[in-house]
Amino acid sequence: MKLSLPMAAMTALACAGPAAAADPPEFALVIKNHQYQPTELHVPADTKFKVRVTNEDATPEEFESTDFNRESVVLPNHSIVVFIGPLHAGTYGFFGDFHRDTAQGRLVVE
Amino acid sequence: MPGVALLVFREVLEAALIISIVCAATRGVPRRGIFVAAGIGLGVVGALLVAVGAGFIANLAGGAGQDVFNAAVLLSAVLMIGWHVVWMSAHGREMALEMQAVGGAVKAGSRSLAVLLTVVSLAVLREGSEVVLFLFGMAAGGIGAAGLVGGIALGVGGGALVGFALYFGLLRIPLQHFFSVTNAMLILLAAGLASAAAGFLVQSDLLPAWGTQVWDTSHILSDGSVLGRTLGILIGYKAAPAGIQIAFYLATVAMFTAGVLWQRRRASVRAAAPPFQQTTIARPQH
Repeated sequence: MKLSLPMAAMTALACAGPAAAADPPEFALVIKNHQYQPTELHVPADTKFKVRVTNEDATPEEFESTDFNRESVVLPNHSIVVFIGPLHAGTYGFFGDFHRDTAQGRLVVE
Repeated sequence: MPGVALLVFREVLEAALIISIVCAATRGVPRRGIFVAAGIGLGVVGALLVAVGAGFIANLAGGAGQDVFNAAVLLSAVLMIGWHVVWMSAHGREMALEMQAVGGAVKAGSRSLAVLLTVVSLAVLREGSEVVLFLFGMAAGGIGAAGLVGGIALGVGGGALVGFALYFGLLRIPLQHFFSVTNAMLILLAAGLASAAAGFLVQSDLLPAWGTQVWDTSHILSDGSVLGRTLGILIGYKAAPAGIQIAFYLATVAMFTAGVLWQRRRASVRAAAPPFQQTTIARPQH
C-alpha cells in the first residue's frame, strides 16, 4: 500500500475530526501597547484548549512560552489560534518575544 | 538597543550553531567557503521574502500556514542532513585518509556541498524571517538607526562568535574520529529539528500530541536558559517534550543510523571486491 502525502494529510484530518467534535474550549488574549490583556488567563487542568491571540498593535509580536512550548508570530491586526495542553495544574509563563520587557503573562491551570 | 541585540543574538545563535556544525562536517572540501557564504546569502534573501509574505503564509492551510511552513522548512533540512550523513558514512573514511595525504584537498565531498548549502540557507531563512519581522516592528516603533544598527551588529557579532567557538572547538577532535563525531552531531541536530517540526504541527492541531508533557526537567534546565537553548539546537533538548516530539526524534535517529550502517556495509563489500578502475584497465589486455 502506498501512503501518499495527500493520504497522510487526509488521515490526519480524519484524526482531527473527532477532536474537533469535542471542541476544545477557546480563550482570548489581546496584545495592545505591547502588553497582554488579560495578563493572567485561567484555564482548566488536564484539558486540551485553544487560545486565540489577537494583535491590536501596529507591529508584529511573537506569542511564546518556554513553559508550555509554544511560539507563533502574530502579525499586526491579525489573530492566531494556538492549541495548548492538556496541562497539569500549575502556573505557566508566556511572553511576547519581540517585547519581552512589557509583554508578560501567566497561564493559571487549575 | 539591548532588546534588539538580545533578540538578534538568540536567533543568530541558532543559525550559527547549525552553520558551524555544517562547516565542520565539510572540513577540507574545496570551495566550501563560497557555498556556505552563498547559503547564508540565499537564506537572508529568503528571510526577507518570508517576512514580506508573512501575511500570505499565515492565511494558508486554514490559518495554520505559519506552523505548516515552519514544519516544512525544518523537515526539508532534516531530509537534507539525512542524505548527507548517509552518503558521508560511505565516504567519510576515505575523506579522512585523503585529507591526511594531500593536505586537505578533497574532491569527494563536493557532491555534498549543494545539500549543505540548502541546510545553511534554510536555517538562516527560518531564524532570519523572525528577526526581520521584529526589526520591521522596531523600526516602525521609532527606535532610531543607531539603536537598530548597533543592536544588529552586537547580536550578529555575538552569535557568530559562539558559532566560531564551536567550530574551532570541533577542529581539535583528532582526524580519525572527526567525521564520526560530526556525523553523530548532524544526526542529533536533525532529530532535534524533526522534533521541533512536530511541535509546530501539534500547536495547530494537525498532529496529536501523544501526551503534552511526557516528562518535565525544566527545574534542572529550562528551555528559556542560554544553555537550554543551545542544547535545544545541538541535541534537540526539550525540558518538557510532547510524546510525538519524542517519536519524531527517535524515528530520525533510528532511520539515519540504519542508513549509515547500511551504507557502511555496502562500502565494505565494495572495498573487498577488486577496485573498479583496475578491472576496466585490465579488460583490453585480455
